[in-house]
Amino acid sequence: MFEATAQNRRNRKVEGLFRLLFLWMTCMLILPVALILGVLIVRGGPAISWEFLFTQPMNNMTAGGILPALVGTVWLVVVALIASVPVGVAAALYLSEYAPDNRLTRAINLAIINLAGVPSIVHALFGLGAFVIFFRFGTSVLAASLTLAVMTLPVVIVATRESLQTVPLAFREACWNMGATRWQTIRKIVLPNSISGILTGVILEVSRTSGETAPIMFTGAAFFLPFLPQGVLDQTMAMSLHLFVISTQVPDVPEHMPFGVALVLISMVLAMNGISIAFRVYLRGRKKW
Amino acid sequence: MSAEPVTSDTVDASAAILVEKLNLWYGDFQALLDVDLRVRAGAITSLIGPSGCGKTTLLRSVNRINERLGYVRATGSIRLWGLDVLDPSVELAQLRKQVGMVFQRPNPLPLSVRDNVLFGTRVHLPDGRPPNRGESDRIVEEALREVLLWDELKDSLDRRGTELSLEQQQKLCIARLLPVKPRLLLMDEPCSALDPAGTEAVEELIWKLRGEYTILIVTHNMAQARRASEECVFMLLGEIIEHSDTASMFLNPANSQTAAYIEGRYG
Repeated sequence: MFEATAQNRRNRKVEGLFRLLFLWMTCMLILPVALILGVLIVRGGPAISWEFLFTQPMNNMTAGGILPALVGTVWLVVVALIASVPVGVAAALYLSEYAPDNRLTRAINLAIINLAGVPSIVHALFGLGAFVIFFRFGTSVLAASLTLAVMTLPVVIVATRESLQTVPLAFREACWNMGATRWQTIRKIVLPNSISGILTGVILEVSRTSGETAPIMFTGAAFFLPFLPQGVLDQTMAMSLHLFVISTQVPDVPEHMPFGVALVLISMVLAMNGISIAFRVYLRGRKKW
Repeated sequence: MSAEPVTSDTVDASAAILVEKLNLWYGDFQALLDVDLRVRAGAITSLIGPSGCGKTTLLRSVNRINERLGYVRATGSIRLWGLDVLDPSVELAQLRKQVGMVFQRPNPLPLSVRDNVLFGTRVHLPDGRPPNRGESDRIVEEALREVLLWDELKDSLDRRGTELSLEQQQKLCIARLLPVKPRLLLMDEPCSALDPAGTEAVEELIWKLRGEYTILIVTHNMAQARRASEECVFMLLGEIIEHSDTASMFLNPANSQTAAYIEGRYG
């Protein structure tokens, strides 16, 4: 009564086959990550030293360190964050908590989706036209950061909105039915229960901007500038552009240097992601409803 | 409420809610047709009827929470103690202070038991200034005593409301309405998420609150309508078919459709 029939055996075989196939595809996904990290560590690792991180480039960037690029990238990311987070979070709050479902809202949503789809080189040209030339910021940290901010705005909005949506509607209804305004509801219930998700989402998304090259090329990042920026109106070097430059534009760069720059850059991104994930795990552990 | 009061000879003091010619549309769909209803002050009135008959819509029209869906349109009037709540000048925050609502699924806020009870006072107090410690302790104790939770929870006021049992959660949801002194409580199937023991306990509580508050309760549960209400309104397809005191509706329904529904021939 319970023996397998020929059909059962065939089914089981097919089942096993597909399972293996999908498993294999999943492993393929890990492969590039492992290879990239492996190659960077093996070939770039020897370049990493105290001196590499904290000195100026020398001999036409074929020797010395990457300090101005490292500091420049931090400047760019921080200023971009300061510009995009308030706007993005406010927009997400409006869209999630206030916006009625009408034409304007749909148009805004469409704009966000399209903004997210604009290629980064187009953002670069926009930044050049708008911030460098029209607003007369010149090629500067400010212009480059604002360009990055415009580019990251959609992801900040989407990440924030997603985390606002994780707060159950029932809580909002409870508040509204007690006569609380939208803002009272946001302040007392929605934000306290979504702030962790907002923060981690924002860090995660914005960490990616540290690797962007095109948007900062025309707007504020310098080819070679052995000084640290003193303010937002200075030009600066940046890790991503520096990597591009020493990989393709400068002759006689020792082979380990570009790999070293890439390793530092990816470590920065991974470190930010790590912090954000740790933060999320910690806060999620405390949250219960 | 700042709606214009009606002249004294038309005010019916014994009516907490007076609905006249209420028609309501969700977009093109008409959910309520010429509804006239008089809800006696201090009594428990239950709204019964098959799914989609408009009873929840009617309930949600009373505190105007329906309007959140932008495509709702209503005509007619809903007078609470003589004042038309559909008047555009009505301040919704004040309306909802007077009219508390209890949901099908208990929805305590993700705050401590204490903060759940104090939420309403914090929302409505001038400048949002919370009452001082002694005062708020008194408010919390009074509200929890009124819903028969004080003895169970007096030592765990810092627990999250969302961690309580469903029965306790639902009682807490009732308790948090009381500190702002509402006059009317709307309940949308308040027991349907609870087990039989929880249902019994919450029904007992509702029964205890009558007189002090006017209670309008939507229920799918015939036995509950029969046990826990004094007046009963039967609705069908957006219209009120019959409204009488509960005992006579269940013993001797005037309308054949009411009889069929009560006896479980459809629903």
